Amino acid sequence: MLRVRNLTKRYGDTEVVRGLDLDVRRGECFGLLGPNGAGKTTTLRLLLGLIEPDSGSIELAGIAVPEHAREARMKVGVVPQMDNLDPDFSVCENLLAYGRYFGMEKSAIVARVPMLLEFAGLASKADAKIAQLSGGMKRRLTLARALVHDPDILFLDEPTTGLDPQARHLIWQGLRRLIADGKTIVLTTHFMDEAERLTDRLAILDHGRLVAEGAPRALIESQIEPAVVEVFGEGLADWTQDHAPGLCQRFENVGETLFCYTPDADAIIGSLKRAPTLRYLHRPSNLEDVFLKLTGRDLRD
Amino acid sequence: MIRFLHLPQLSWRFVPVWQRNYLVWKKLAIPAILGNLADPMLYMLGLGYGLGSLLPDVGGMPYITFLAAGTVAYSTMNAATFEVLYSSFSRMHVQRTWDAILNAPLTLDDVMLGELTWAMTKSLLSGVAILAVIWGLGLYGHFWLTLWIIPVVALVGFCFGGMGLVMNAVSPSYDFFLYYFTLVITPMVLLCGVFFPVTQLPAFLQGVSVWLPLTHAIDLARPLVVGSVPDNIVLHVVALLVYGSLGYVIALALTRRRLLK
Repeated sequence: MLRVRNLTKRYGDTEVVRGLDLDVRRGECFGLLGPNGAGKTTTLRLLLGLIEPDSGSIELAGIAVPEHAREARMKVGVVPQMDNLDPDFSVCENLLAYGRYFGMEKSAIVARVPMLLEFAGLASKADAKIAQLSGGMKRRLTLARALVHDPDILFLDEPTTGLDPQARHLIWQGLRRLIADGKTIVLTTHFMDEAERLTDRLAILDHGRLVAEGAPRALIESQIEPAVVEVFGEGLADWTQDHAPGLCQRFENVGETLFCYTPDADAIIGSLKRAPTLRYLHRPSNLEDVFLKLTGRDLRD
Repeated sequence: MIRFLHLPQLSWRFVPVWQRNYLVWKKLAIPAILGNLADPMLYMLGLGYGLGSLLPDVGGMPYITFLAAGTVAYSTMNAATFEVLYSSFSRMHVQRTWDAILNAPLTLDDVMLGELTWAMTKSLLSGVAILAVIWGLGLYGHFWLTLWIIPVVALVGFCFGGMGLVMNAVSPSYDFFLYYFTLVITPMVLLCGVFFPVTQLPAFLQGVSVWLPLTHAIDLARPLVVGSVPDNIVLHVVALLVYGSLGYVIALALTRRRLLK
């Protein structure tokens, strides 16, 4: 459904996307993860043909981009990072206007509106103004708007950023419905639980380069030790010095917490039980641990 | 800049963009028309009758007629200019409506052509409203000739719509547009014969005036109001087309650089 080879985009001397290869199969939900500035949004814009790559090739739904970007965009629905619903139109008018941009007949759009509103959970809000909608409702309407022309593939740029947990779950529910319907989805996210829940496969980008790719479970298994013990409390420095190197396969000190990565936590926990001032949390490692291992803990602003 | 400069690729996909603006306008059409008309009408009637009663014939006609013809060009220039500055800017920059549209199979060329044709429509609406007042007050020479004013005001809309889109492309905020009004639009109004004949200006300013698009607009509109066929029609039409087209092409390049890099 999507094939990217050696994609490169430079701004001046900075390479924002560096030699990216991606393959997304039909019906798959694919995640693009990476810290701020990793090149996720630039990649999506390249895939849509909105900006021209410096080198590399893109094939979207079998169509070469950017050469035939117009035709390719006919097959894609986009949920952008920033809401850009039309504030001069009502909920229903937003769907009608967006359908027209795809060259749809009014009757064809009107026929799809009830289904789209139902999908977005906005059936009772058809005539509401955009300003009257909550953040979650706006996102759901943006998602419904992206579906107006029944695209094969959906691009979502951080679809749940800024939403409360209830609203996020509603979006996830909607996305799962779309996956069940056989849509192909490409989404970028900062939320590891979102990626872990939704995606079949994901790629982690950093500084425009692909640093890991695979199914979430497989990435966790292949990239990181299976268990983590987070240690904090008084006397951490001493314990770290005396015991950490011997007991942990790999450890990291972040602020006031020590992250111990290990295949076997028993020995660490045994040692911690003899240090009553220290507290700890023992948990299986997750995607966030992989992400932080691969992209580092430095702030990206 | 050069990298972004290429000939526009025009397609019919601009129509839904025009339609979007039309549908939004339609919601508030009556107050919008009244609001757009009030200002030029007050000037035209107030100055036309008030000042006009003190004056002999101006340019061989009563002052109110002279001013009415100037107002046709002046207010249609303003209609298109305001549309592509303030309204287009809020759609492009504030509401990000253009971003949303660009994710559909439209190009920036289409979006900006939609904006330009909508600006022409606004000029047309404004021009026809003034024309209706001219008809109502009987300020014209030949009725049939005044109908040619309708394509002229659309052309004026094209010209100033295209030019204004350049400002839209480079503006960081609404405040910036004030420069365009104080440095371009207002001097032009005074140099191009809206309120008084260009012949009243010192010679060198008359020389400047010849090059300004509003002069060409007025040279077309005024004879049509008074009841004669304008001189040098081709020259004036081409001048307005060149200003508008150059504006559109430059604006397109600048906006590409702004949005699609």
